[in-house]
Amino acid sequence: MFTEEELQQVEEIKSHYPTNLSAVMGALHLYQDKYGYVSDEGISYVAKLLEIPEEHVLGVVSFYEMFHQHPTGKYKLQVCTNVSCMLCNSDMVLRSIKEKIGIGIGEMTEDGLFSVHEVECLGSCGTAPVISVNKLYHDKLTPEKINELIDTLKAQG
Amino acid sequence: MNDYQPVLLPGISDLHRIDVYEQHGGYARIRKALAMKPTEILDVVKASGLRGRGGAAFPTGLKWSFMPQEGEKPSYLCVNGDEAEPGSFKDRQIFEFNPHQMIEGILISGYALRIKTAYIYIRGEYESWTRMVEKAIAEAYARGYVGEKMKETFGTDYSVEIYVHRGAGAYICGEESSLMNSIEGHRPYPRVKPPFPAQIGLWGCPTTINNVETITNIPVIMEKGADWFKEIGAETHPGPLLYGISGHVNKPGVYELPTGMLLTELIHDVAGGIPGGKKIKMVIPGGSSMPPLRGDQLDGVHMDADSLKDIGSAIGTAGIIVMDEDTNLLRVLTRITHFYKVESCGQCTPCREGTGWMLKVFNRLLAGEGSSKDLDLLHSVANNIEGNTVCALGDAAAWPVKFTIERFRVELEKELVR
Repeated sequence: MFTEEELQQVEEIKSHYPTNLSAVMGALHLYQDKYGYVSDEGISYVAKLLEIPEEHVLGVVSFYEMFHQHPTGKYKLQVCTNVSCMLCNSDMVLRSIKEKIGIGIGEMTEDGLFSVHEVECLGSCGTAPVISVNKLYHDKLTPEKINELIDTLKAQG
Repeated sequence: MNDYQPVLLPGISDLHRIDVYEQHGGYARIRKALAMKPTEILDVVKASGLRGRGGAAFPTGLKWSFMPQEGEKPSYLCVNGDEAEPGSFKDRQIFEFNPHQMIEGILISGYALRIKTAYIYIRGEYESWTRMVEKAIAEAYARGYVGEKMKETFGTDYSVEIYVHRGAGAYICGEESSLMNSIEGHRPYPRVKPPFPAQIGLWGCPTTINNVETITNIPVIMEKGADWFKEIGAETHPGPLLYGISGHVNKPGVYELPTGMLLTELIHDVAGGIPGGKKIKMVIPGGSSMPPLRGDQLDGVHMDADSLKDIGSAIGTAGIIVMDEDTNLLRVLTRITHFYKVESCGQCTPCREGTGWMLKVFNRLLAGEGSSKDLDLLHSVANNIEGNTVCALGDAAAWPVKFTIERFRVELEKELVR
């Protein structure tokens, strides 16, 4: 669960709003950053922390694409396939990833290192095609750049 | 417009740093504003003709004028940086390259609207850009430009707090009432309007929601005046505009130019034309929700709200998506429909069910199992979504389908045969 420092961050987030309810997304982001996904336990924890109903936290978690209720790969390869990326060959991105690590959309490697997610427009249309790995964008992708990126991530472990 | 000097993204290196921003007149415009009465600022913004840059092109001054005069309840400003419309990637440039001008815009707007608290809503995927904005806000607080300290810094009774609210991957949160529900911590379903946010907004209090680019224009209007602003670009929709050009062009990117530019000039001159010198099949002028235009109807089309309305489209976010002659429109429409199906919040039946049914039909067509009659079916489903939902996402899902079928029937039929 949260450390003293993280609890202070939650207090800071709460101070931005007139109600605790508004801090739910901020607290969930913190939780997911720490644990990789928001488990049922995480939902209960955040609910207790903010003194709001668990059902409410679940309602928020289940609405947003970015909150995961199940474990994902350590590196989430989030591939934009929306129009601008599609026009700039996001098919190639998915194909290159599949060739390199053998998985496609909705799958995770056995070692839990990578998972592939199809995402909606990432707002990087001018430098398409793009993927976001956890928090960072990688754009103007080519098969070579994808190979390099995955090798780097593998080396980091 | 080769002589146009950008004012939103002026290309000054390190302008995101507060020292550099100050050296270029930063935080002097708020001083000027504080010497005026709030109503005088409202008059200037009204006179400038500034219209919202988030999609609807609603006159900003008019929107502000809906806010009640000082009452018992606090008022709020939300700055909409959800930027999730496919083809839009402009607000990100402001976060990265000129965040202080946005912050100064919030200070001026906040003073004009007597707001004590402002939230900048930034889409969750933009985490790196959120950090940039948070850093800029922290710098502004440290210099005494924001918060309680601004009273001392500027010798005024006015102060405003600015906070960032991070989204978590939901297109619907760009809709203003959904955005407010997201900040309140609810499932972000859009609200029925009326009541409008200026009456009942965040926590039931008067609220104004403005796009990031709109707010970033405010300091410029303060500095250079309404007359200067309204002389730029299109008469009924004046000012600088961030055009995002993507798809099949040689030099995609965000370009700041006056409103009302010729679409062909933007595509061929500014964005370097089409790779391989191919012809254009389709252009979406303002993000994926806007009715698409045929490649052969682009001559003489100006990029401003009224010109685009006249030819059956809309300015949206000025995110221009260009598709060359080899583009498979069925694939494009399927992908766009997939987007709206995923992003439909599920509150209204026509949108929740309609987007799903349209996607099923498109997938059947892509698999080569459909017929020309399915185009009529799609058109009919789209028509039954449009206008029948709480928010504009329904229309946004319906328009690309409906207008592409109307304007590209021949091309779509050919793709079916193939």
